Amino acid sequence: MDTALQAPLQPDLQRLLDEHAHRSLLRLAVVGSVDDGKSTLIGRLLYECDGLFEDQISAVRKASAKRAAAARTEALAQGLKAAAGGGEEEELDFSLFTDGLRAEREQGITIDVAYRYLSTARRKIIIADTPGHLQYTRNMATGASTADAGVILVDARLGVLPQTRRHAYIASLLGIPYLAVAVNKMDLVGYERATFERIGSELADFARTLGFEGVRLFPVSASRGDNITRPSAHTPWHEGGTLLSWLESLPHQRRLDGAPFRFPVQYVIRPHQDYRGLAGQVASGTVRVGDEVQVLPSGRRTRVEAIDTFDGPRAEASATASITLRLSDDVDASRGDVLSHVDQPPLSLQHLDAMLVWFGEQPLDATRRYLVKQGTRTTPVQVERVLWRKELEDLSEAPAETLALNDIGRVRLVCRRPLLCDAYQENRRTGAFIVIDALTHDTVGAGMVLGRAESASRTDTSLVSQGEREQRLGQAGAIVLLPATPAAVERAFALERRLFDLGRVVATVAGDVEVALALSRAGLVALVHADAPLLRRALREEALEARTRWWELDDTETLEQWVANLTSEAGT
Amino acid sequence: MTDTTHARATHLEELEAESIHILRETVAEFANPVMLYSIGKDSQVLLHLARKAFHPAPLPFPLLHVDTTWKFRDMYTFRDSFVARHGLKLLVHQNRKALAEGINPFDHGSQKYTHAMKTQALLEALAQHGFDAAFGGARRDEEKSRAKERVFSFRDKHGQWDPRRQRPELWNLFNGRVDAGESMRVFPLSNWTELDVWHYVLRERIPVVPLYFAAERPVIERNGTLLMVDDERMRLRPGEKPTPRKVRFRTLGCYPLSGAIESSATTVEAVIHEMVHARQSERQGRLIDHDEEGSMELKKREGYF
Repeated sequence: MDTALQAPLQPDLQRLLDEHAHRSLLRLAVVGSVDDGKSTLIGRLLYECDGLFEDQISAVRKASAKRAAAARTEALAQGLKAAAGGGEEEELDFSLFTDGLRAEREQGITIDVAYRYLSTARRKIIIADTPGHLQYTRNMATGASTADAGVILVDARLGVLPQTRRHAYIASLLGIPYLAVAVNKMDLVGYERATFERIGSELADFARTLGFEGVRLFPVSASRGDNITRPSAHTPWHEGGTLLSWLESLPHQRRLDGAPFRFPVQYVIRPHQDYRGLAGQVASGTVRVGDEVQVLPSGRRTRVEAIDTFDGPRAEASATASITLRLSDDVDASRGDVLSHVDQPPLSLQHLDAMLVWFGEQPLDATRRYLVKQGTRTTPVQVERVLWRKELEDLSEAPAETLALNDIGRVRLVCRRPLLCDAYQENRRTGAFIVIDALTHDTVGAGMVLGRAESASRTDTSLVSQGEREQRLGQAGAIVLLPATPAAVERAFALERRLFDLGRVVATVAGDVEVALALSRAGLVALVHADAPLLRRALREEALEARTRWWELDDTETLEQWVANLTSEAGT
Repeated sequence: MTDTTHARATHLEELEAESIHILRETVAEFANPVMLYSIGKDSQVLLHLARKAFHPAPLPFPLLHVDTTWKFRDMYTFRDSFVARHGLKLLVHQNRKALAEGINPFDHGSQKYTHAMKTQALLEALAQHGFDAAFGGARRDEEKSRAKERVFSFRDKHGQWDPRRQRPELWNLFNGRVDAGESMRVFPLSNWTELDVWHYVLRERIPVVPLYFAAERPVIERNGTLLMVDDERMRLRPGEKPTPRKVRFRTLGCYPLSGAIESSATTVEAVIHEMVHARQSERQGRLIDHDEEGSMELKKREGYF
């Protein structure tokens, strides 16, 4: 059934639809401490921009009236006259619009960000509502990771606090280009211009050192609605407009449009022999049909033959379109590879320095197994060392051995396979990565690429080829995983002896994935005994990823059968 | 630096691209995904996005309809014709044990009924087929607890969600790693609002069940809710007599549990107009508090939300 309407629309409906169709998306992170009035500000924005449904409003109206009545009763009991400010109009308590969160918090569900949605005539705004909580770093990083703009709240009575500086620092670290400082509760300082300007200049000076593209200051009262969506009569001296008009005026995703073309291959679409499409989202820049591109890491060059979508072919596509590319030659490309223009390739980094925000309940442990997911590539990573930790009290750099929950620091990493990336400062999409605990699968860190490790040793390439090694040793390197039995060690030694006697170059390893992989890369047959299931799985996964030759022995077979299997296949 | 040679993406295009990214990421990272299909407007949008994501290949996963047997007849008709027309692979799962026990929305209350026919049935189906990822059409704007829901939402071996153990989600980097028996619920429409969904239905001309549009339907009013009498299984109370009223549905579920609203919106455009207009009148209404509160209650009694 076709729901399309053929008859001409009423003019106001047509205008409404056009307006909606031409809006752009802005992602906003709102940050502040618990009592700075953050939920009141968000509630006020939602209310004045029609972001709320009727039943939500009437529920809040009832709750607000109840609170006001209770306050009046209390004031009377204390022999006071009508409570200050409460007289002429019944006020809505805007913080109640985000109150669901508060209840959740009381139940101990204290985690992360909630997302709220706001529509104006020009924009759809996704607000990351980051609780100003003890866990602010993790919350903030999550909300700030995608934000085009940030709003920091400051209580006009308290001025700039260490907390405010921390928020601004994290916002800059995560690459939020535009920052608004809302000096809130101006009604409680009599809308004093001097107070506003003192706080403003202190923060603006600080924010400029952090490298924001734009910092703006707004004197606001979230509870009374000054300078949020409407200019305030109380601040005739303020010429900076309203918070909302600033949000509507900001450029959106300018950096992604202007950056070099990056296309992480996400998925290969192959419905039949004659069609092979590389599906993915343009991370940055623009690609056109006919462009010369290269596939990394192989470096093979080819041209873009077609840009396919469900809605038909396109001549070009820009960030952040999800498209399917077909290439002129039958070049091998799969998930994890990256396409770029030939003259603007991404970095290929195996040893890299990065800023890391740590989320793990357990501190970062260099001996533990972690994975890095960057773009569409997931690869094992080793933390070579922590270079320093940011002291969030005074933003100094302190020497550190590790990073604990909510710590931010600079680390040096070695990845099993090179990351095809850019510095985060230049490209927020390709410079970002998450760290996953290989055993628990938790997301334990958020990383931002700084660049090549300054003292990188050359382990990412070798002057000896695989073929040369095979020829010298007369065998190919391999990993052999023994069954997890109590007698595994003895059987490993017995197998090692037999294979050695048969002329194989072989060594026994006690459940160390790195060592096993290093030996097999050097052309040896590594016999691994390990009984921890998680370790065995990690070994399997990483051997598969490293494309190492691999056997897993069956406990029902005898030593002789093992030897026979290994020697017959190893010879091929 | 700024490239001005091409038009900037509108928010719907960006939402579409983001959802397609999520769909592809899931299929790339999981061995055995499935898409939950409830025949509603969100399901239709999700399915449309999935067809875009894998075009020109067919969908690389089946659809799963968890069927309570109490959906509107129009929904079953729509489902069967839509699936046949597009050659989709549809699995239908019912909680047979609960059906045999005669569990229904009248005798057992909506909570017990929903738990048996929806939650239990879903877990049964996921376990039976060994699905490790299940797409759903939930949006964060639907309710407050959903506002905290992740795009990739981890479920343990018992299919349970532990809000304390949610994985932080940054950038567009989704952590899809699970162990055997564990699974992920994936919500590609997380950042869409109800209005976005309708605008997209309009823009893409996505077919939806006719129940979303106003028509004369046999209706009774019970506890302030308008219920449509869809078949002879409806239990009428003394004095209740179905009368034709011009109504439509904002959300669709089991017919004895879905309230209708009085409406004259017979097209997608009119539905959008009605939604926006309702909010705008509310904005003006805040000047006249007392008057407004009464009319709000009335609307709610009519089952508006």
